[in-house]
Amino acid sequence: MQNALDPHAAIVTEASGGAATLLTTADGQPLARALARSSARARRRAFLLVAPLLLFVVVTFVIPIGQMLHRSMYNAGFADNMPQVSAWFQENPAGTPIDEAAWGALAADLQLAAGNRTIGIVGTRINYDVPGTRSLFTSTGRKARDGFPPPYRDSLIEADAKWDNPTLWRAMRSASSAYTANFYLSSLDRTRDDDGKITTVPERQQVYVMLFKRTLWLSLAITGMTFLLGFPIAHLLATLPMRKSNLLMILVLLPFWTSLLVRTTAWMVLLQQQGVLNDIFVWLGVVGPDGRLQMIYNRTGTIIAMTHILLPFMILPLYSVMRTINPSYVRAARSLGATSWTAFRRVYFPQTLPGLGAGALLVFILAVGYYITPALVGGSTGQLISNMIAMHMTETLNWSMAAALAALLLGGVLVLYWVYDRLVGIDNLKLG
Amino acid sequence: MLKPLTLTAALLSTPAFAADTPLTVVSWGGDFAAMQDAALARPFAEATGQAVRFLDTDDPAGLVKTQVEAGNVVVDVASVGQGAAMRLCAEGDVEPLDPAALLPAADGTAAAADFMPGTLGDCFVPTDIYSTVIAYDRQALETAPRSAADFFDLDRFPGRRALGRTPQFTLELALIADGVPAAQVYELLATEAGVERALARLDGIRDQIVWWDAGAQPIQLLADREVVMAHAYNGRVYKAAEVDGLPLAILWDAQLYEVEGWVIPKGAPQPQRARDFVAYSTSAEAQLRSAAILPYGPPRLSAQALLENPGADGRTTLAPHLPTAPENMANALFVAPEFWADHETQLRERFTAWLGQD
Repeated sequence: MQNALDPHAAIVTEASGGAATLLTTADGQPLARALARSSARARRRAFLLVAPLLLFVVVTFVIPIGQMLHRSMYNAGFADNMPQVSAWFQENPAGTPIDEAAWGALAADLQLAAGNRTIGIVGTRINYDVPGTRSLFTSTGRKARDGFPPPYRDSLIEADAKWDNPTLWRAMRSASSAYTANFYLSSLDRTRDDDGKITTVPERQQVYVMLFKRTLWLSLAITGMTFLLGFPIAHLLATLPMRKSNLLMILVLLPFWTSLLVRTTAWMVLLQQQGVLNDIFVWLGVVGPDGRLQMIYNRTGTIIAMTHILLPFMILPLYSVMRTINPSYVRAARSLGATSWTAFRRVYFPQTLPGLGAGALLVFILAVGYYITPALVGGSTGQLISNMIAMHMTETLNWSMAAALAALLLGGVLVLYWVYDRLVGIDNLKLG
Repeated sequence: MLKPLTLTAALLSTPAFAADTPLTVVSWGGDFAAMQDAALARPFAEATGQAVRFLDTDDPAGLVKTQVEAGNVVVDVASVGQGAAMRLCAEGDVEPLDPAALLPAADGTAAAADFMPGTLGDCFVPTDIYSTVIAYDRQALETAPRSAADFFDLDRFPGRRALGRTPQFTLELALIADGVPAAQVYELLATEAGVERALARLDGIRDQIVWWDAGAQPIQLLADREVVMAHAYNGRVYKAAEVDGLPLAILWDAQLYEVEGWVIPKGAPQPQRARDFVAYSTSAEAQLRSAAILPYGPPRLSAQALLENPGADGRTTLAPHLPTAPENMANALFVAPEFWADHETQLRERFTAWLGQD
C-alpha cells in the first residue's frame, strides 16, 4: 500500500526510477543536502539543550579534576622561587660537585625568596622530601635579609650547618624541575635512595599501600554485605502487593532522607560499649558487665555503619530490575521440574544481574571514597585512604600529595570499572 | 540596571556609607565564634559603626589558602592557630602586621613587649591561649589522677581513655608521661628514638584508647561514660563541667597550650578596616572580655596581671580555669609551631602506620 502523501514512499519511487536522477525535495533542493541540513539543525538544537549541563560539568568537574591531576605531578614551589640555583642544576648534571657558584646562587636565591616572602613555599617543598628542613629555609631566610658575604659556602654553613648535607642538595636538584613523580612515589610508600634509585621507605613509615589495600578490602566487604542484606529486601519489595511494598519502600528510603551525620551518630549510640545493644546483651546475660563488646571505633563499626548507609544504593537498582522480571519464567522452570533453588539460580538470579551490577558498582565506588563515617566510627583500624587525603588537604596542606593519592584512587576505580566492563559488560548496567 | 541604582541610593542615604559593607571574619563557629562575636565584634561595631559578619568553618587556614591561591578573597580577617599562621606567612598568603599599629598596654608598654614572648608573629596577632588537657570523670575514678603518668596507669586508673587521632598532642603527652621534661620534648621528638619511645608508651594502653577526631567528641565520650579520661580542649571541658554540670575535672599537669589569633589574607577586600579590627580586638580590655566568656587565656601580660587580681567586676572568677594561670603552668608545654611545620607529614605517616598495626 503506497500513500502518495508519504514522503518516504515518494523517495522510494524516485530512487527506483533510475540511479542517474538526482533526488530532490519538494522545493527542488538536492535531498542529501536537505537531509544533512535538517539533521545538523537537530544536532545543534540537541547540543544547545545539553550545553548548560556540559558547561556545568566542564566548569565544576573536568577543570578541577584536571587541575588536581596536574597538581599531583607539578609543584613549582622551588623552581619558581629559587631561579639561580635551579639554573645551576640545569647547567650541571647530577654528580657535579657543589662548587662555590652553586653556593653563591643558593645564597642569592635565599635572600630573594626571603625578600619576596616566598621562602616558606620553598622550605615546604623541600620538606616534603627531606623532613625537618622547612625551618632550615625559614631561619636561614631570616638571616639572609641583608645577603651573605662570600665565600658563600662558609657563610651558609655558618648560618646553619645543616646546609652541608648531600641529601638536601639532591632534594633541591629534584625539586628544581617543577614536574616530579615524587608525590606518586610517596603515595606508594616509595622513595629515592642516595643513588636516585627507587626503594621502599622503612617499614615503620609505610602507610599508604596498607590503606589502599584496606580501602579496597573494606569496600568489597561492604558491597558484599549490602548485597546479602539488600537482595532479599529488594525481592520482597518487588513481589509484595503494591500497597505493602510502598510502605516497605518508605522504610528503605527513610534513612536515606536522614542526615548522614545523624545516622552515623545513631550507630554510635547503639553500638558503643555503654550503648543500647551492649546494655541489652548484659541484661540478657549474653555477656558479662565486664565483657561488653567493642563494636564501634574499629573496623567492625566502619563496616556496620557504611553498610547501613549504602544499603539503599543496592536495593533501589535491584528492585527496579526485579519488578520487570516476569514471574512466569520461574513458574515455567518449576513446571519443567526444576527445584526452587535451581529455578532461582538458573532462571531468576541471572535476570537480576543488571541491577546487581549497577548496585554493586554504585556501592563500591561510593565506599571507596567515603570519608566522614570512617572518620567518626573508624577508630584506629577503620580508617580509609580518603581520611589520609583529607588530612593532606586540610592539615599538612600538602595538596600535591593529596592530589597524587586521589589520582591513584581514581585510577584504581577506573581499572575496576574496566574489569567490570570486560567481565559483565557495561551495557548490562541498569540503574532503574 | 537595578543594582547600580540601589547602590547609589545606599551611598546617598547613609553618611558612613563605606561601613555598609560588613567586615568578613572567618572563625571556628560554635561557642568560640559566639564568644568572639560578643566580646570583640559587637563592641567594635558599636565603637566604629563598622558591622562584622562571621563565617564558620572547621578549617580557617585552609579557607584562606584556597581563596588566596584562587585570587578570590572575600575574607578580611581569619582566626587561625599560630602554626598555621606561620606557614601562611612564610608562603606569602597573609599580610605582614606591624606590632607598632597595635594598642599599647594601659601603662603604656608597647604591644610588642606586652604579648607573651614567642606569641606575636610577623603576620599574626594572638587573641587567646587555649590548651589541650587531661579531663577525667570524677565519679568513675576513685582517686583523682595527679600527673600525666596516671593517664597511662591502667592498674590504678582502670578504664578507657580518649585521645585525639593525631600525633600532635598525643606524642607530647606520651613523652611527658614517660618522664621527659617539657623543655626537652621537641628535641627528643625530632629523633627517631624519641618517636619510638612515645609510641612504646602508647602501646602500653593501646587497647584502652578511643580515638577522636572532632573537639566535641571527647566530651561526648566522657558524658556517655565510654571513657574515664580524655585529652580534650580546656574550654570545652570547662563548659561541660561548669555550665552543663557534668562531673568532669581538669588535670593541668602536662597541659599543651597553643596560641590562636588573627591573620589578614593577602588581597583582603577591606585591609585597612581589617587592621583596625585586629588592633581593637587584641587590646587587653578585649582579651579580658573574651576570657570572661570562655576560659581561654589572654596572651597579653597586662591582661593576665588583671585576671590575677581579684576584682569586683566578676570577670576574675575564671582565672583559675585559664591555661595561663600560674598554678596551671607548672608543667606546661608550649606546642611548638616550627617543630610541627617541619615534622608533621613525617610524624603523621609514622603515627598512621602505628595505628594501622593490628
